[in-house]
Amino acid sequence: MSQETRPASPPRLELRGITKRFPGVVANDHVSFAVAPGEIHALLGENGAGKSTLVKIIYGVLHADEGTVLWEGEPVRIADPHAARSLGIGMVFQHFSLFEAMTVLENIALGVDDVADMSALASRILEVSHSYGLPLDPAREVHTLSVGERQRIEIVRCLLQNPKLLIMDEPTSVLTPQEVLRLFETLRQLAAEGVSILYISHKLEEIKTLCDTATILRGGKVVATCDPKAETAKSMAQLMIGTAVRTLSRRTAVRDGAPRLTVRNLEMPAAGPFGTTLKDISFEVRRGEIFGIAGVAGNGQNELFQAISGERLVASAAMVALEDRPVGRVGAGGRRRLGLCCVPEERNGHGAVPDMSLVENAVLSARHRMGLTASGFIRSQAAASFAETIIREFDVRTPGAAAAARSLSGGNLQKFIVGREVLQNPGVLMVSQPTWGVDAGAAAAIHQALFNLAGASAAVLVISQDLDELLTLTDRLAVINVGVLSGTMVTADASLDEIGLLMGGLHGMDEHVPSHEGGIAPGGVADVA
Amino acid sequence: MSLKIEARPEISRQLLYVTPLLAVALTVVAGFFIFLFMGYNPLLALYHFFISPVTSLYGLSELALKAAPLIIIAVGLAMGFRANVWNIGAEGQLTIGAIAGGGIALLLWGQEGFWILPLMCLAGILGGMAYAAIPAFLKTRLDVNEILTSLMLTYVATLLLSMLVYGPWKDPQGFGFPQSRMLTDSALLPVIMEGTRLHLGAAIALLVAVAAWIVMTRTVIGFEIKVVGQAPAAAAYAGFDRNRMIWLCLLTSGGLAGLAGLFEVAGPIGQLIPSLTPGYGFTAIIVAFLGRLHPLGIIASGLLMALSYIGGENAQVEVGLPQAVTGVFQGLLLFFLLATDFLTKYRVRYVTLRREVAPA
Amino acid sequence: MTFDANVLILITVISAATPLLYAALGELVAERSGVLNLGIEGMMLAGAVTAFAVTVTTGNAMLGIVTGALAGTALALAFGVLTLSLLANQVATGLALTIFGIGLSALVGSGFVGIPVDRLPRLSIAGLTDLPIIGPLLFGHDVLVYLSVLATIGVAWFLKRTRAGMILRAVGESDVSAHSIGYDVIKVRYLAVLFGGAMAGLGGAFLSLSYTPMWVEEMTAGRGWIALALVVFSSWRPGRLFLGAYLFGGVTILQLYAQGFGSFGVPAQVMSMLPYLATILVLAVIAGGPWKGRLDAPACLGKPFRPAT
Repeated sequence: MSQETRPASPPRLELRGITKRFPGVVANDHVSFAVAPGEIHALLGENGAGKSTLVKIIYGVLHADEGTVLWEGEPVRIADPHAARSLGIGMVFQHFSLFEAMTVLENIALGVDDVADMSALASRILEVSHSYGLPLDPAREVHTLSVGERQRIEIVRCLLQNPKLLIMDEPTSVLTPQEVLRLFETLRQLAAEGVSILYISHKLEEIKTLCDTATILRGGKVVATCDPKAETAKSMAQLMIGTAVRTLSRRTAVRDGAPRLTVRNLEMPAAGPFGTTLKDISFEVRRGEIFGIAGVAGNGQNELFQAISGERLVASAAMVALEDRPVGRVGAGGRRRLGLCCVPEERNGHGAVPDMSLVENAVLSARHRMGLTASGFIRSQAAASFAETIIREFDVRTPGAAAAARSLSGGNLQKFIVGREVLQNPGVLMVSQPTWGVDAGAAAAIHQALFNLAGASAAVLVISQDLDELLTLTDRLAVINVGVLSGTMVTADASLDEIGLLMGGLHGMDEHVPSHEGGIAPGGVADVA
Repeated sequence: MSLKIEARPEISRQLLYVTPLLAVALTVVAGFFIFLFMGYNPLLALYHFFISPVTSLYGLSELALKAAPLIIIAVGLAMGFRANVWNIGAEGQLTIGAIAGGGIALLLWGQEGFWILPLMCLAGILGGMAYAAIPAFLKTRLDVNEILTSLMLTYVATLLLSMLVYGPWKDPQGFGFPQSRMLTDSALLPVIMEGTRLHLGAAIALLVAVAAWIVMTRTVIGFEIKVVGQAPAAAAYAGFDRNRMIWLCLLTSGGLAGLAGLFEVAGPIGQLIPSLTPGYGFTAIIVAFLGRLHPLGIIASGLLMALSYIGGENAQVEVGLPQAVTGVFQGLLLFFLLATDFLTKYRVRYVTLRREVAPA
Repeated sequence: MTFDANVLILITVISAATPLLYAALGELVAERSGVLNLGIEGMMLAGAVTAFAVTVTTGNAMLGIVTGALAGTALALAFGVLTLSLLANQVATGLALTIFGIGLSALVGSGFVGIPVDRLPRLSIAGLTDLPIIGPLLFGHDVLVYLSVLATIGVAWFLKRTRAGMILRAVGESDVSAHSIGYDVIKVRYLAVLFGGAMAGLGGAFLSLSYTPMWVEEMTAGRGWIALALVVFSSWRPGRLFLGAYLFGGVTILQLYAQGFGSFGVPAQVMSMLPYLATILVLAVIAGGPWKGRLDAPACLGKPFRPAT
């Protein structure tokens, strides 16, 4: 046989010089990389680096201003998601495109083109979902499913179209560690069958475990392409962030201060058909300590936040106590006066009013403790001055205090909100998802602010989906799952496996195991069989 | 080739003031063509509609007279709209206010005393508030949409008035016509301008608007209203009570509407009749939006709407235009305002790419 | 009361229910796609006056019906442009539509007040229509009544069993998700809104051509608003909507007949209040509770879909 070099088979997907601009920002700046058939390729970068925009271009949701996309060596124009799907590109979004009140079957049918027969589709769903280890029941309504199960719908929806390229956008932020491992098995099975996988994430350890190649984006540009197995997490982080990774100054752990926030046998019914009921939750946060509550989104964190902040009143006053004072029946304003400040998960719409200025947003939560009102009137001078203090102390990048909250970037708005609460000198601070969607610089500043506050003897409660964050920040932690809180663990002694199991409860792994109600005894760690 | 729509980083301040004027201009242009199409001399019709009512002092006093109830009602409605509380039943609340205050007047018919008129005003306010309390209760306790309940109650109120005026309250000396007795002097609003019908209510309308302005811009309650309307979750976070806000907005707008109803009875009409207003409760909604839900803007838009009523009557007499033209103009004005509103929030550019979705 | 009188009452109930059914069906489809259109009153009046005017001028009732539907559609188009393309507030725009529709219809109709027109021809099938009781009851109505029943079945089948109907429901559930998957949310909503306008127009045409064959200003007398309440009452399901329309038709007719009998000593106006009070009562009863009905409402109802945030 002739030994001429045969041309290598073309890459499945190749991007050359892709550029995309939005008013005020270049989201993608001459991005180029290639994905081979059967390759698991990571797209790495911190929040705001341009990853989501790039994949939306690949999937046809957006169109590039410049550059070419090549599919199996040929330039293509991907006009919309239908076109992408017909090429063989499937996408699992970070934020699911699901319809809560409709069934699994209907949800999949909507995402699949050319559905001739619904019952045939139903059998295919059963077949495919089981063979890839992601079992689904076509007749269930989506709002009854857990987050991990919902992700399966997204994945099966793609798999039914026999994709040649599967794009996964931050798939593991909503999964327990065990669910992550199962997902990885599925992805490896697909890759072995020749499917290319484009895996978007900012989680370095996962990428090292799973991926063959990594393209690193920063500020819209490709800064490196590397083999994650050969790199260290630290070197990749450095490429991702651009500067040497800062270590935070952490004061020595305080463990035995008196409790400043006590939650005792907290019960609260769900607020709506899609909510979670809280059952018998008990924990305390001590003076000088940072206490974490881990858990996958949708397990009662929002309800817990509202019960503690005072946005919803609980049945008995003693269920929530601030410095031994029962406040369960006191409203949010009253609890602020007593020293509780909080930062909610959602910045725009909950922590701040998007169309109002930063001055007005300062009045929103600080008027009780900072004397911003007098006999029913607003003291505009005092409010403006407080807003300016926050901007200065927390390095919030904004044209001024009169700017609307919506004009700030995610990181800056979060710094403003955290700063607003911290500068009120609370005795107890509760923060939910403190650095979600925030760039690394702002995240570090926020973490430092939390450390400082705890150092000043306040009690800090952090509710977060991000285990890494909790392991860095907290002294003790507990896990919330379907409205039930696990026993408290000391962070330094806790194991990732244990926490993962608690996050997943004992269900969500196999479809026929019923959920264990209250199977985790408070005050002790679950006994894992 | 297509249009690319971009959100402005912040609402354009200049356009915010320009767009109502633009809407008015567009309405006038549309009116020109409507008149033309219907066979009237368009310029003459427009003159009688818009210009001649303001050419005399008497004309101006009539303008203020008609604007007063519109302003009073619209100020209350605007507060509610800002908080996403949609009181569409102002017409019903003003009717009940008129019935309550007018009822007191009829009860005390023939008596003298400076206290009668204030008592009637109080009754008017309380009547309107009580009637607005029904949708408030239904919304806060049972989460029933206040648009539908307040609206249904409008029809009920009108029927109630009709029942009273055809029945027990009918003027025995009225030749069988459906009307109550004419109110006596003590029960009538004093005229504040010699030779005109302009009464105290106009001055009060001004006061109400200014008071509302102070409340909305300087007080915590005004702030609360705005937050509740823009971001309900943030309102809860700030410790604002949604139910309290619903009650406050409905009772305030109901009370103001009731007062306006009473002013009509104790002012230009002087008695209770089946049809108290040509739909002020609904026109006030347009006045509120046209004034950008701002109390001072409402003063201007109230005068403009009053002009459309008087102009309509004028054009009917002088040019033979049908009465319904007024309604068309008012509807058009609101349409154009809503359309031009778009420009304050978005920029439109011609671009050769397709419509897209910006990143989260 | 004689048997015949009872049958007569039932027949008039069907007549009274038909305009409500049309208007509410149209609004149901619009709301299922996520759009709240409060302008039903205006669209019905536009349909009523157009159908009447065209029928009087051309003598052709079918043409009148078609143009009535088109008039409703035209107003719905204006609504669509404002709320879907120019992103105006849906509540304010719906109200503007109502006010404008009332005014415009009064203007156009001012030349037609007092002119008589023949009522729409009633069906007369040899053999069937002559059957006692069920004859005139089921087989003696005009074409619009039967069309309304077909429309109900059609809408129910469309929503439940067709792919297009599923897409429409999805758009009302989560416009953002539907857009991500690649569906044209705005186009689907436009079509739903236009359908709503056509149906409201047909309901109005029925009023002026069949129910009371004449034109009077504001002859819808709040039916558009009652239709809105009916949609909520039906939990956005066509089958229940049919029941609700007939229930309300029943209340309207019964109080009219009661007035005819001296309304048992109660003033006539109080009887006239009954349909409106009944609406409030029904809304209160079905609401009762924090989540009831909320689960059935399309999750995106009333929220504008912003293509570029």
